[in-house]
Amino acid sequence: MNTNQDKETSSVRGRAAALVAVAVVAVTVAAWGPGMMTLHAAGVKRPPATEFGLGPRVSANGRYVATLEPAVPLRPRQMQTVRVTLRDAEGQAIDHAQITIDGGMPEHGHGLPTRPRVTGTLDNGIYEIEGVRFNMGGWWEFKLAIDGSRGIDTVTFNLAL
Amino acid sequence: MTRRIFATLLVTLSVTITPAASGRTGWTADQLSELRSMSLRALGPLPADPTNRVADEAGAAELGRRLFFDTRLSSNGQVACSTCHQPDRDFQDAIALGRGVGTAARRTMPIAATARSPFLFWDGRKDSLWAQALGPLESPVEHGGTRAQYVHVVADYYAGDYERLFGLLPDLSRVPQSGGPVANPDAASAWYLLSAAQRDDVTRVFVNIGKAIAAFERRIGFGPSRFDRYVSALTEGGPADALLTADEIAGLRLFIGKANCSRCHNGPVFTNNEFHNTGVPSRPGQPLDDGRVTGAAAVLRDEFNCRSQWSDANGRCVELDFMVSGDHALQRAYKVPSLRNVARRAPYMHAGQFATLAEVLDHYNRAPIAPMGHSELQPLRLESSELGQLEAFLQTLTGSIASEQPAPGRTR
Repeated sequence: MNTNQDKETSSVRGRAAALVAVAVVAVTVAAWGPGMMTLHAAGVKRPPATEFGLGPRVSANGRYVATLEPAVPLRPRQMQTVRVTLRDAEGQAIDHAQITIDGGMPEHGHGLPTRPRVTGTLDNGIYEIEGVRFNMGGWWEFKLAIDGSRGIDTVTFNLAL
Repeated sequence: MTRRIFATLLVTLSVTITPAASGRTGWTADQLSELRSMSLRALGPLPADPTNRVADEAGAAELGRRLFFDTRLSSNGQVACSTCHQPDRDFQDAIALGRGVGTAARRTMPIAATARSPFLFWDGRKDSLWAQALGPLESPVEHGGTRAQYVHVVADYYAGDYERLFGLLPDLSRVPQSGGPVANPDAASAWYLLSAAQRDDVTRVFVNIGKAIAAFERRIGFGPSRFDRYVSALTEGGPADALLTADEIAGLRLFIGKANCSRCHNGPVFTNNEFHNTGVPSRPGQPLDDGRVTGAAAVLRDEFNCRSQWSDANGRCVELDFMVSGDHALQRAYKVPSLRNVARRAPYMHAGQFATLAEVLDHYNRAPIAPMGHSELQPLRLESSELGQLEAFLQTLTGSIASEQPAPGRTR
């Protein structure tokens, strides 16, 4: 009886251990699975979906909030024009800022295929960027280096093309 | 109870491992979306060419077609555009280096879908189809002739059609039979003896020859392949698996997956239209050249570029305005060619360095060090069976050459 009970206990323990092991694997895969698709040779990990989009996005040091507004929805291989609305943390429109554009595909280690730049400034903190092209689908970084009345800062957008 | 939890966990686990794979097609939603983006159905309408006001005119395309096949547009009367761009061979010539009146330094490029490419030639030294067409005409190893000679051909044989499209021909009575800014010293000196106004008169007609040829070439496109039919069947829920073999499907999976092919060969034309250094060796006996570095510099100063007086774009030249030049990544970078019809287009690369698709795939698998600049490739470490599957997939991209029509409303 005791022996049986022990056997049963040990069997339950075994099952419990297996269960825990499976649970750990499941949780690990659940957390890592989608990311697994995006891990490449460069070892860069794609940010979570909440970090993607056209903004509003706060700059690295919190000085600015930028929002992108493409003239037409962003698509691979098309030359595009994108408007940026720039505000400070209090929501004040920032005019007369110098904005330079950089970016690329972190997973592939290459930059933007063109040299986009600000070609027009409108009132109310709106700037027009021309010459934007993404030459394949996937995760792109689109970075604005901002030199404006609130200081120097950088805002990085993660875009899924 | 324990068993139930265990079973639930197993179900959870299997669902987690294959997050969105469709049991029916074997492709995830993301993969299906990528496959659709590579299908001919994803091709938008033929883009306008603002540099060429006759681009969408049927009369210009017809004049261009006749000029394309006219061997009088050469120094020896034997070379036409179609000598290298042969219609029955996807408008290429199946040899390593193009052969006109002499031998070119590069492989002849096919023409289909080039209307969708912002830069032409392997190094992108031209930014429109018409500017591209003018290059070989004055190359000493291709057509070998001069613009004055070609303008006389137009006046002698095409005056009516030309004038209907472009207005009156200039007075050519004092223009020599041969003359142009070319390597031949006699032709060059005859050219510079003309007044600036006479030279402009000749160049204008020469440019219009290019614009007519471009109107013909821009209508040359790709017809559907087995790959396109497979994607259509996947999209519409038809019996897709009967359309490609297991090896071809495995090759497609590699193509958009670990072989990294679709990083550059993407979209419905299977090219991102960019320039990349993939470490391709130089052709034995040929000097090393730096590819896009020279090409980017050349297109910026090209006599016939989008910003030139000969362009109809009125200075609106976004491709040139935002083009990358002077970047070290452009060293020995070459144009990413379309892969449609690639299986019947040997030999490969910008100087026909590889005789077979197997050699090309072996190169990408090994990723050797570039002879100049830096190769963007990483070794793929694919098994030979996987290389075979990739090659099988590339065969499914073979289709017909089809005629593309300009969007309604742009023709007149």
